[in-house]
Amino acid sequence: MAQITFEEISASDFFYRNRDIAGFTSPSRAVFAAVRELVENSLDAAESLKIPPDIYVRLSYEGEASKEAQIFRLRVEDNGIGVPPRHIPSAFGQVLFGSKYKLKQQRGTFGLGGKMAILYGQITTHQPATISSSNGMSRIYAYKLMIDIQKNRPLILDRKVLMNREQWRGTIVEFCLEGDYFRAMPKILEYFKQTAVMNPYANLTFVDPKGRLYKFTRITKEMPEPPKETRPHPYGVDVELLQRLIQLTPCKNMLDFLRHHFHRVGETTASKFLEFSNISPSRNPKKLSHDEVVRLMHMLKKFKEFLPPDASCLSPLGEDLLRAGIMKELKPEFVAVHQRRPATYAGHPFIIEAGIAYGGEIPKQGRFVVYRFANRIPLLYDEASDISVKVIDSMNWRRYKILPDMPIAILVHVCSTKVPYKTVGKEFIADRPEVRKEVGNGLREVARQLQHFLTRREHVDRERRRLGVFSKYLPKIAQFSTELAGKEQPPDIEKLLKSVRKFGAEEET
Amino acid sequence: LEQRKKHKSSVIERKKEVLSGLENLGVKIYDQLDRGYFPSVEMPSRSIENIHYDPQVRQFILGDRKVRRSARNIRHLKPFTQLTWAAEFSHELSSQRKTSTLRDVYYSAQAYEMTFKDQQESNNIVTDLETVLGFSREDFNIFPEERSAVFGDLTIEYTVPGYEGKTLNLTSHPDGVLIGPALTSSEFVKTTADKVIAIEKGGLFTRFIEENVHKKYNALLVLTAGQAPRATRHFVRRLNGELNLPVYVFTDGDPWGMHIAMVIISGSANAAHLRELNTPDAKWSGVWATDIVNYKLPTDPLDEVDMKRLNELQRDPRYKDPLWQREIKTFMKIRKKAEQEAFSRYGLTYIVDEYLPAKLEETK
Repeated sequence: MAQITFEEISASDFFYRNRDIAGFTSPSRAVFAAVRELVENSLDAAESLKIPPDIYVRLSYEGEASKEAQIFRLRVEDNGIGVPPRHIPSAFGQVLFGSKYKLKQQRGTFGLGGKMAILYGQITTHQPATISSSNGMSRIYAYKLMIDIQKNRPLILDRKVLMNREQWRGTIVEFCLEGDYFRAMPKILEYFKQTAVMNPYANLTFVDPKGRLYKFTRITKEMPEPPKETRPHPYGVDVELLQRLIQLTPCKNMLDFLRHHFHRVGETTASKFLEFSNISPSRNPKKLSHDEVVRLMHMLKKFKEFLPPDASCLSPLGEDLLRAGIMKELKPEFVAVHQRRPATYAGHPFIIEAGIAYGGEIPKQGRFVVYRFANRIPLLYDEASDISVKVIDSMNWRRYKILPDMPIAILVHVCSTKVPYKTVGKEFIADRPEVRKEVGNGLREVARQLQHFLTRREHVDRERRRLGVFSKYLPKIAQFSTELAGKEQPPDIEKLLKSVRKFGAEEET
Repeated sequence: LEQRKKHKSSVIERKKEVLSGLENLGVKIYDQLDRGYFPSVEMPSRSIENIHYDPQVRQFILGDRKVRRSARNIRHLKPFTQLTWAAEFSHELSSQRKTSTLRDVYYSAQAYEMTFKDQQESNNIVTDLETVLGFSREDFNIFPEERSAVFGDLTIEYTVPGYEGKTLNLTSHPDGVLIGPALTSSEFVKTTADKVIAIEKGGLFTRFIEENVHKKYNALLVLTAGQAPRATRHFVRRLNGELNLPVYVFTDGDPWGMHIAMVIISGSANAAHLRELNTPDAKWSGVWATDIVNYKLPTDPLDEVDMKRLNELQRDPRYKDPLWQREIKTFMKIRKKAEQEAFSRYGLTYIVDEYLPAKLEETK
């Protein structure tokens, strides 16, 4: 009989073996993903303090690794909240450890991205990462660490405490990784540009391996309202979450349990639901059997009278900032933006923001340029599979007098406590009917605004052309008729030209 | 001498009318502008629905429908300006007694930043000017490329600058004399001819001169060179009207030749806005379809295009006369056509010695 061995693997080990699903599929994707994950962490770190972010990224060449890949040193520096010293080793050396397992809109949601980058660096270069951080008080904590992959634990190689004389605040992460910058370059530059669109209040600086400097300067210090943490909405829970809540709850009866742990559930709604689902309000939640918990989950989804989730846990960019970002980075002639009212899918609130930019420096390329964002992260891969692209493709743009050969960029931002990504790589958004409908509504609104602009401009152009035609030809008619009639003085045509300007002449019908 | 006087006054009279017509147009436009109105002109519509055959004058005329070109309308503005320019250009030509061509008009406009899109656009504007004023472009000294000619005992006196008072006998050059601006603006002094024979083709025209047809039959010979240009049609009309000479037209024996004769007699739809281009009393003397049969001429078959053309002509009001109807029917029946040169099967002089006198007699 063959012996089968079962072994538990750690989270680090799991992602080490399956690094593809986190977006580290190739040397070029890996560089891109590492930059992206660390920049997003830095943006979150600054925003949580309501400080306009200053982020400095440097990628420097360290040597050849193989034919396809080189070794690069990546340094990302921010002015964010800083990481408490006791958490630094775990925050950067333990996969799935993080501050992001709460229900509010945040850029990362797996507690995976930054660590995955460091893990990838360690796998490919066998070198430790250095992390320095300070909350702006008297000390700076500097760690040199590696990840013990099998145990999913940080290995601290060195630890220093430095005096923080200049009251620096922020975090610096530096490590080496294998990658292919040459091929990743277009995506990385595009990523910075689009991030600058979505974060017009951030300063982003990037120095690439050739020493080229890319600088994106903020044009405002206004920042969107940060999201509030929220309890789960009854429509969005699963059995696992219910079990966990039951374990943690101090509540002794079902009525209190519902009122305290769910979003927008008060006493009235809770009572109605318990009556609907035939559960006694005095029932102790901790006494529910597994089958009863499963039934509870089904009933929660069936009950029609729960209030929809509110959007305080979401932090959309807002129309003014979105417009500012688009104007700053895309420099169009015209921009229209629209923020939809909050909606929900499967108990998760979401807000769609849509923008359309026309003319100016936007290229004419025979099809629309599409910018996709989720929780303010630019999505740069798998465009064709994305819901926004599907909606854009299915829309009747002709209705709005908008044609693909116009210089047009379309922007769709989905923000949600749970963005319906299709993959862990977080590159495209799945087709959910509720999301699709809202994206469509948002795009139609901005399309209408663009149509209005185009119609108006066409009208103005036509008037100008018309006046041009009259000012060109009336003097000629005057000249020829003067000669023909044998007169000395040309007739006075100023009156006529004035009337063209004032009332406009009749159009041929 | 009496005739000469009469004719001289008519040429000068007509020149005066043309000049004052152009000037009045200028005054009208000038006054409208000066009073603060958008200038406009009205003219008969040249659309197909407004072209009617008038049995009285025996030609196509324009009906009552009018079109208005107004500078108020942005789409009319450019053509209106072009029309005013064309009037001024024509006035300059006429008063300086210079001539030009339609091609000249097209290029001259460019000097005034009035570029025409193409020759057609410029031709249309000239036709507009003809319609507004009721004069043909030759009256404005705008001539097409010339190719038709005249030969015979007619003495003319030039009126063109540098030749005033000089005379020419139209037998002086054996190739004939080009019917150009100088000839059409000349006066008729004297002639011994008692008829006009118009011929479609240059080869036969030369043969007739060589065979002394002008002497033998006391005729002026006119080469139409295919469809006769308007200047030639007007010239033939003057020969008929001013010198009282009957006109006989000889063409190929096919629907196209037949129509060359008809346009000389009854004018064309394209020139419905103009008068005095037709010669209603002119006769088509051959080659008829019945001649093809009677003279047993060598033939070619009529093709589909020919047959289609015959069908059109059969319904054309200008062709309602029994002779024309008979010939159309005969063509349709025999389904054959013959060129004038076909008579050469009976010897080169047969057409002059036998056919011509017979037909002149027949169509007298």
